[in-house]
Amino acid sequence: MIPALVVFAYLSVVVYIGIFAFRKGRDSGEDYFLAGRQLGPFVFLLSLFGTNMTAFAILGSSGLSYRAGIGVYGLMASSSGFVIPLTIFFIGTRLWRLGKKYGHMTQVQYLRDRWECSFIGTLIFALTAAMLVPYIIIGVMGGGTTLEAISQYQDADGAVSSWVSYEAGGAIVAVVVMSYVFFGGMRGTAWVNTFQTLLFLCFGTVAFVLISRSLGGFDQAMERLASNPKTATLLSRERLAKEEFFSYMFIPLSSIMFPHIAIMCMTAEKVNHFKKTVVLYPLCIAAIWIPSVYLGVVAADQFPGLGKGESDDVILRMLNAHTDLWVSGILGAGIMACVMASDSQILALCTMFTEDIFAFYGGKERFGEKAQVWTGRAFVVLVTLTAYLIALQLKDKAGIFELAIRFAFSGFAALAPVMIAAMFWRRSTKWGALAAVLWVAGTLVATYVIHGQSEALAPKPGQPPVPIYPEWGRFLLRTPVNVTVFGFLPVMPMCLGSAVLVFVVSLLTPPPSAATLEKYFPSKTKA
Amino acid sequence: MKMLGFVLFVAAMVALHHDFWFWTDKRLVLGFLPIGLAYHLGYSVLASLAMLGLVRLAWPKDLDEDRSGGGAA
Repeated sequence: MIPALVVFAYLSVVVYIGIFAFRKGRDSGEDYFLAGRQLGPFVFLLSLFGTNMTAFAILGSSGLSYRAGIGVYGLMASSSGFVIPLTIFFIGTRLWRLGKKYGHMTQVQYLRDRWECSFIGTLIFALTAAMLVPYIIIGVMGGGTTLEAISQYQDADGAVSSWVSYEAGGAIVAVVVMSYVFFGGMRGTAWVNTFQTLLFLCFGTVAFVLISRSLGGFDQAMERLASNPKTATLLSRERLAKEEFFSYMFIPLSSIMFPHIAIMCMTAEKVNHFKKTVVLYPLCIAAIWIPSVYLGVVAADQFPGLGKGESDDVILRMLNAHTDLWVSGILGAGIMACVMASDSQILALCTMFTEDIFAFYGGKERFGEKAQVWTGRAFVVLVTLTAYLIALQLKDKAGIFELAIRFAFSGFAALAPVMIAAMFWRRSTKWGALAAVLWVAGTLVATYVIHGQSEALAPKPGQPPVPIYPEWGRFLLRTPVNVTVFGFLPVMPMCLGSAVLVFVVSLLTPPPSAATLEKYFPSKTKA
Repeated sequence: MKMLGFVLFVAAMVALHHDFWFWTDKRLVLGFLPIGLAYHLGYSVLASLAMLGLVRLAWPKDLDEDRSGGGAA
């Protein structure tokens, strides 16, 4: 009961932050959607980092480490710690500058203007919105599941029940997120993300130390794992395929293409705020992921033999077993914070809708800026309500959305060459971008279909991959959880194909007008 | 030249990320930290230092130039 009470206290604070942000705000689109482009360095760093942290960073990473070992850190975290700040450095700063100069609030506005084409913007809007929706649904589902789990109690007969049902938990999370996004807009969301990240960094460290003390240090647990042939491989990367490890480095390219990250980049008050962010970002990732991965591996010693579904909550098991109820409750609130990371996605979707559709097709001119902000707020309610209803209907189908999110990462990563071409290659054209976007959409659908068709062929963990179409040799292989191309994850050919298409098709088609090139590449045009 | 330097820098960081030499190594650093994890922790620190280097040496000048001009449209 105590963890649930702590989580409810946390949710109340979060709603208060949203209402406080509402009081500080003004009724302009730029203020609601971008916090008036006035975020300071501290809030900018922590909210950008917090926005990128999903439930997977905590729950999923420790669960996966329980099964696959310490390699999960190199697979997903250390590569992100290099690639994400690099993209923020090169692309985020430029998005910030162009947004400040020309009033852009979304990537789509920039891409439409850069390529003098409204259709490409609408297409990218549709694709990104489709890839974003599963996150929002999973956020509500995760909220319901987590609240149900942390409010569990054992009655007199020994039966386990929950104070909060999945349905009620999902509704509470949906209403809380909706409230602070509705009232606080970007300012509220950024403040909540900052609060959540601080909470997690502080209490995560405390929990790590307490678990270590409770175990009498980690040395003995590690020695036991090393001496058992069944678990020794968790201390190396033998359970990971080298091709998969290599291709995972393409995934963090997705970060800057996520609308909520790109939009967040436009909220900084000064460009100098990016400097601290890119330098500290890899260390923030390490601070969150190292304990999560490490505790996941230690859990293999503490709770051996858990299946895939059971191992997803090993971090909660460790907390319950080795810390007192208050620490466990506060950490539960922190985990809740990560589960609720869908706030930024909801706001991003609403910003895109109001800017790229409502305003672009004349709504702002006809009804005014105030109406635009209220349209955005109405959209927040609509999106959250829809996500909640879907989460209720498909309670046991979370796997579908988790899979969709995995594909979405590949899709956003494969869109990165489009943004890179727009920013750095004056000869790139709308036709090149269009070809790449269609390639991304086509390959996403194809891999989704092949993944579904090859489900029955999937080998068990530890077994070698199976050719999906034996007549094609090793071209398409099925591993326990993925479809691979010659052993590499689909994200790699998707990114490379997208880059080649932007390049080749751009060279074959006429460049944008001189006026546009002058606008976006002024110094070179003048020279 | 600047471009070549950048490509070499990224290639070096990507190469360092793929530490195949520790792939099957199960040694424990300080008795509790698997060496593969310790290496990638070090890689994260290196990435932070690399970003510091980028900020100091390759910060785009046009960003600073635009700081004073052009408010939101």
